[in-house]
Amino acid sequence: MAVSLQEKYELLGCIQCGRCTAGCPVSMRTYLNVRRVVYDGMTGVGPTDAKGRPEAWNCTTCSNCTERCPKGVKPMELIIGLRSAAIEKGRIEPTIRDALESTFKHGNPWGRIRDKRTEWADELSVPVAAEGEAVPFLFYVGCTPAYDPRAQSIAKALVALFAAAGVEYSTLGTDESCCGNEIRRMGEDGLFEMLVEGNRELFGGHEVGTIVTASPHCMNTFKNEYGEPTPDVVHYSQLLASLLEAGKLTFKGKVEKKVTFHDACFLGKHNGIYDEPREVLEQIPGVTFEEMDRSRERALCCEGGGGRMWLEATEERGERLAETRVKDAVELGADYLVTACPFCLMTLEDAVKTSGNEGKIEIIDLAELAAMAL
Amino acid sequence: MAEKSTSREQRLGVYVCHCGVNISHTVDVERVAEVAATLPGVALAKTYPYMCSDPGQNLICADIKEHDLTGVVVAACSPRMHEPTFRAALVSAGVNPYMFEMANIREQCSWIHDDKEAGTEKAIDLMRSAVARAGYLEGLTEREIDVTPEALVIGGGIAGIQAALDIAEAGFKVHLVEKEPSIGGRMAQLDKTFPTLDCSACILTPKMVDVSRHPNINLMTYSDIEDISGYVGSFTVTIRKRARYVDVDECTACGDCVDVCPVAVPNEFDEGLATRKAIYQSFPQAVPAAYVLNMDECLGTNPIACGKCLEACDKQCIDYDAKDEVVEIKVGTIIVATGMDIFDATEIGALGYGRYDDILTSLEFERLVSAGGPTGGELVRFSDREAPKSVVFLQCVGSRDATVGNEYCSRVCCMYTAKQAHLVREKLPDAEITVFYTDIRAFGKGFEEFYDRVRKERVIYRRGSVSEIYRRKGRLIVRGDDTLMGEPVEIEADMVVLAVGLVPRPETDGVASFLKLSKSSDRFLMEAHPKLRPVDTAVEGVFVAGCCQGPKDIPDAVAQAKAASSSAIAPMARGTVRMEAISAKVDEDMCSGCRICVSVCPYEAITYDEKDKVSRVNEALCKGCGTCGAACPSGAMSTIHFTSGQMRAQVLALIGGSDD
Ligand SMILES: Cc1cc2nc3c(=O)[nH]c(=O)nc-3n(C[C@H](O)[C@H](O)[C@H](O)COP(=O)(O)OP(=O)(O)OC[C@H]3O[C@@H](n4cnc5c(N)ncnc54)[C@H](O)[C@@H]3O)c2cc1C
Ligand code: SF4
Ligand code: SF4
Ligand code: SF4
Ligand code: SF4
Repeated sequence: MAVSLQEKYELLGCIQCGRCTAGCPVSMRTYLNVRRVVYDGMTGVGPTDAKGRPEAWNCTTCSNCTERCPKGVKPMELIIGLRSAAIEKGRIEPTIRDALESTFKHGNPWGRIRDKRTEWADELSVPVAAEGEAVPFLFYVGCTPAYDPRAQSIAKALVALFAAAGVEYSTLGTDESCCGNEIRRMGEDGLFEMLVEGNRELFGGHEVGTIVTASPHCMNTFKNEYGEPTPDVVHYSQLLASLLEAGKLTFKGKVEKKVTFHDACFLGKHNGIYDEPREVLEQIPGVTFEEMDRSRERALCCEGGGGRMWLEATEERGERLAETRVKDAVELGADYLVTACPFCLMTLEDAVKTSGNEGKIEIIDLAELAAMAL
Repeated sequence: MAEKSTSREQRLGVYVCHCGVNISHTVDVERVAEVAATLPGVALAKTYPYMCSDPGQNLICADIKEHDLTGVVVAACSPRMHEPTFRAALVSAGVNPYMFEMANIREQCSWIHDDKEAGTEKAIDLMRSAVARAGYLEGLTEREIDVTPEALVIGGGIAGIQAALDIAEAGFKVHLVEKEPSIGGRMAQLDKTFPTLDCSACILTPKMVDVSRHPNINLMTYSDIEDISGYVGSFTVTIRKRARYVDVDECTACGDCVDVCPVAVPNEFDEGLATRKAIYQSFPQAVPAAYVLNMDECLGTNPIACGKCLEACDKQCIDYDAKDEVVEIKVGTIIVATGMDIFDATEIGALGYGRYDDILTSLEFERLVSAGGPTGGELVRFSDREAPKSVVFLQCVGSRDATVGNEYCSRVCCMYTAKQAHLVREKLPDAEITVFYTDIRAFGKGFEEFYDRVRKERVIYRRGSVSEIYRRKGRLIVRGDDTLMGEPVEIEADMVVLAVGLVPRPETDGVASFLKLSKSSDRFLMEAHPKLRPVDTAVEGVFVAGCCQGPKDIPDAVAQAKAASSSAIAPMARGTVRMEAISAKVDEDMCSGCRICVSVCPYEAITYDEKDKVSRVNEALCKGCGTCGAACPSGAMSTIHFTSGQMRAQVLALIGGSDD
């Protein structure tokens, strides 16, 4: 017999305090009430898959509910579980299905062919490891910085920064495949397992040492979900901070701008990386840095995670959180709203347009900003 | 050590207990008794429904007399529970109490198994091994040691104050040691007290004054415990009385020195909400009513740097050359009453405490509304000195929360929040007051009635937890879930009060390590038995009272103090204590003088005699733990009542081996 949700997600520890819903960024924007989802699972009365509970697709997997639950319940995992159950039964939205199919076929969720994965580097000299060649230091680009025209500039900026700091690295070229972070969160466990296995094999074949990722999403899954032995992985903001500290990276240019920083959920809440991006920002000559009110563990989610790049909210109230975020930054008088995640970059940039703030503020990735100061 | 008695000389009685059905539902007790009867040295074996009952004990006594038993084995519950009961029965029948052995077939067998067949087999093994050991038991004589008729109380909060007063009233001398310049503890910081709304200072101050006046109390404030050694009846305590630089007996607390002191530092009594000088009195009702000078904060006592207070003091009670004084005292019993701290709310970053001036801890709130506090009791926000229009209370901050490692309920915050909400209403008739709670725990006398009253004073209780506080357009936004409505809510607040939980004080650690006290999983001091010995510790002669043992309110802290003091008085009133006859013993002829035993003894009970070149055991300090016996490479160290012969017989019987 199938294990009940109550058992599988250890829901009986829940005291229905509501801290999960209280901290859920989408709880006031959509009908997702994660405490209610936990309650239904606990009592065994509610729907057992996300088809019967479409609001489960609104979760951005920001992890607030799980991080803050005083009783160690993991509501986010329950939501992912409901999605898995829906996917197993084939009850999924077409956009999600397309992303999954593309990942299965081409190793990326963006519906692009594998051969184009290195297109971003065409004009640059980016080392690609030969078959079987050892890679002590791997730059794992990730699907979005590799394919998305806007996010490609993160990868390009990193290449420039690596060159300036004399970092010896290699990439895996077109052999690189999706990390699976979003795939797991969309609920496609089987595909995720397949990606883990494939990537482990690929990394093993190249005797990969340390991995640096452009996206916090990739870092997260490598670090927390790939199992033992855990890959040695850092996000580029950590690498830049340590290069600066060691004096290997120095900024010769100046960026005379007022900036503020948006903490990506997968960098901050999931992995506690709050200081390093700020250390980098503060060392860029000319930059005046000011915090937004909601920063660090109180940072507002941009709604770009958990598969939400491929899915609109099932129903919406009020403004999109990315718009709120942009408005907060504009109010602060920032020229740049800096982030360190390709998804945040895209959702926030979109929000600049939809909230009518074009020309008032620019969204920029930390890597891009740092590269401007070389 | 002679192990002359062998099983063949013994006439043992074996008793197997049903414990109602506690044992008999998974152990065939009749069969255990049948097997027992066949063992060498066993004169008789019986079962009985409740061996610990009077008839059960009488059965043993009668058998001893009738069958001339030399020893007794009871297969029942844990010896921690009933060994004393059965030993007493032996004594009343004229047999040495150490001729008794217990097999635990309840906690270690029936309660943890369901298979009756296997359970019975295991119970037989346990019984057999107890019988084997009993064959080697010897009668022992317990020692009596004298008790110094003086007590030490560590910590001068309400618990320590009450304990000291009770002991002093019983006619014994008490040394009360407090690390702060004044006694009073947390209670002195409170404004009113739930559920009766008595003014905290009004009920505490008389007790503090009683302490200062009582001829039997030696009060040492601004003092630290530096070492404690010894054992029940005779502890040696080293105390450092830090230099106050102000003569406690001469100072009249006129305050002239304070007026001239140019230094301003955060006042810890006001939780840092106000400042004080480098020379100061903690609060107006302080006991002793004398000032204290903190040299680390002072600008310098020579006239070039400052030295103003010396000049200002007409009575000349300031002495810049005062030195710390280290005293050593001997006491018979000790009460630990070191109290609690509040949870550090900055640990929960999402709540924004420490970031916004208008988010206060409950203790800061107590100071804010106190007439003696930083605003003279006026309820205003720190950011703009305006009265708040909307005040939100958050319960369970840092309690019942695994994310910060405090899984326990702090027991007082539901009620003090109700009290504080009432105080807001009293001072601000028009304010909106909201309390976010998960469960209301109003279990004490008068608590539910008080909670009822407060709600009716237009205090809105919303069931749900708060996850985050942020600011929007200059106002604090409290983001919670109203779980009864089933919807998340954002409430605008001008002031937020966090009902922070109670946590152990780090200062308790030093005392606990000198006394070798254990802690429970909540990190508070552990009592000897949660139900039956609630103020005792595992260390004889040492007792706990108040919040150092766990969160509690004032009535409970006082009740515990009274219990601890009466327990501490008992051995002093008797004048002697009896020590269990179990301790380590050195065969001096075999001792090679390697001193390994000295280094491994956790109780520092072994000393090395330089002259005779052998180790010697102080029987009063020795707890009979057996560590030294196991470590001694020469086989010179053994533990009385747990001799190698006894242990060997017990183990061999268990594994079914034989002596050869
Ligand atoms: C905000 C708040 C409001 C409250 N309101 C109420 C209320 O309305 N009603 C109520 O009944 N209860 C209330 N309480 C609970 C009440 O404060 C406690 O029950 C009470 O203070 C416990 O007293 P105690 O003596 O055990 O500990 P404490 O008051 O903490 O006293 C311990 C003393 O020991 C001293 N000490 C610590 N370590 C050492 C050491 N190593 N050497 C020497 N001295 C040491 C400390 O300096 C302190 O003076 C409230 C608590 C809080 C936090
Ligand atoms: S935070 Fe945890 S305990 Fe509270 S309602 Fe949510 S799942 Fe339950
Ligand atoms: S992970 Fe984030 S978005 Fe998803 S339910 Fe939890 S708090 Fe809400
Ligand atoms: S000597 Fe020190 S304590 Fe006295 S007034 Fe000056 S600064 Fe204050
Ligand atoms: S007493 Fe009330 S507020 Fe305090 S921890 Fe317990 S339930 Fe929470």
